[in-house]
Amino acid sequence: MHRTPLHCAHCAAGARLVDFAGWEMPLHYGSQIEEHHAVRRDAGMFDTSHMLAIDVEGPGARDFLRGALANDVARLREPGKALYSCMLNEAGGVLDDLIAYFLREDLFRVIVNAGTAEKDLRWLQGLRATGITLRPRRDLAMIAVQGPRAREKTWQALPELKNASEPLGTFFGAQAGDAFIARTGYTGEDGFELLVPAPRAVAIWNSLAGAGVHPCGLGARDTLRLEAGMNLYGQDMDESVTPLESGLAWSVMLEGTRDFVGKPALLAQTPARKLTGLVLSGGGVLRGQQKVRTAHGAGEITSGGFAPTLGKSIALARLPAGTAPGATVQVAVRDRMLDALVAKPPFVRRGKSLLPNS
Amino acid sequence: MRHPNDLKYTESHEWIRTEKDGTLTVGITDHAQDALGDLVFIELPELGRKLAAEEACAVVESVKAASDVYAPVAGEVVAVNSAVADAPGDLNKDPYASWLFRIKPAAGLAPAGLLDAAAYEEGLA
Repeated sequence: MHRTPLHCAHCAAGARLVDFAGWEMPLHYGSQIEEHHAVRRDAGMFDTSHMLAIDVEGPGARDFLRGALANDVARLREPGKALYSCMLNEAGGVLDDLIAYFLREDLFRVIVNAGTAEKDLRWLQGLRATGITLRPRRDLAMIAVQGPRAREKTWQALPELKNASEPLGTFFGAQAGDAFIARTGYTGEDGFELLVPAPRAVAIWNSLAGAGVHPCGLGARDTLRLEAGMNLYGQDMDESVTPLESGLAWSVMLEGTRDFVGKPALLAQTPARKLTGLVLSGGGVLRGQQKVRTAHGAGEITSGGFAPTLGKSIALARLPAGTAPGATVQVAVRDRMLDALVAKPPFVRRGKSLLPNS
Repeated sequence: MRHPNDLKYTESHEWIRTEKDGTLTVGITDHAQDALGDLVFIELPELGRKLAAEEACAVVESVKAASDVYAPVAGEVVAVNSAVADAPGDLNKDPYASWLFRIKPAAGLAPAGLLDAAAYEEGLA
């Protein structure tokens, strides 16, 4: 199993380790729910070094990514600006979702999921790549610092990053010495994602811990992103569905003459299903793969769980396209059918519930 | 992990305490709560429900998974701990104070096949 440069720090902190996409990663360091609350109320940090940064270098970098990604990197005009996008196969199926940063005209950086990293690299290399080089950056470790106090605690721990990161707007990143710091994340809170040389990762992690940033595992990362209405690749979407069926139409630029892999398939599709949110009305816990009954036909939960910020269970579910927010549906939870309310994600943002009547 | 000597245990990770009136108090073990992780939902049996031995009669759900709790002996549910259903996280903090339900064994029945603490822990190894 792969280990990140922070493996020893996790063991020392008493992490419960699990296999995630072939990586031995912390699930939690004691209480997943306390870690969740730390991020909503204060500041928490996650080791995300299992994910892969791929540098796309060369004069053709922008054109290459315009053809490879469903979102359009032509929208990235200011250096440091980031863009969320899916990468599709010819059928419009989602190969992966990623963040692309525009660093220089001849240098873009894309950050892809751990489980798909090798597949993504092969896929990108297989596209007619002229004038570019693809460089996987396994030499970098990644740490996400998230929460309402994430920025101030990062600066307290790592004052050398303050000048470069203080002016950053949301979804911008900047180089700061040998580190790259971006105002992005996967929790619905403010904060930073840091890319640092692997040999310095443990010292940086320990400095952040010293400033009172709580180590958080994949368990809290999952409930935070679910509350924030963010998809998890492999669970909420994969190669068998398109972004239009995955709540990601907003990230696809179909307008204009630009061609990209999967575009003809998306133009030809009238999605019969969509990804939306569910809130369980009573007690119980929604979980992935539970069947959903709606007035328009059957659907299925793709991600579900208990939302600590809300004190109730929520889910992302793929339902018939006609199912509208506010509708009541039934979910097969163990041996009974429970009522759930259809609600458009996100459920929580910046520490606050977005549920109707909350 | 803490598995007190004055309790009995099952292989399905319940603990059982025999009360002075002969009823049995049932909860889940420290090992079980640790393996499940933070508990978020507990469903208790209805008062008066008649249970068969080893019948699934309660559910504990954690952030990770749902798990059934089984009756250690045939009998009737004579009490439930609704306080723990209201605050499932208490069970993680103290699994032996956070009992789930109490069962009155059917006439003449004694629970069979229960383990003492040492045998339970041996089964975990």
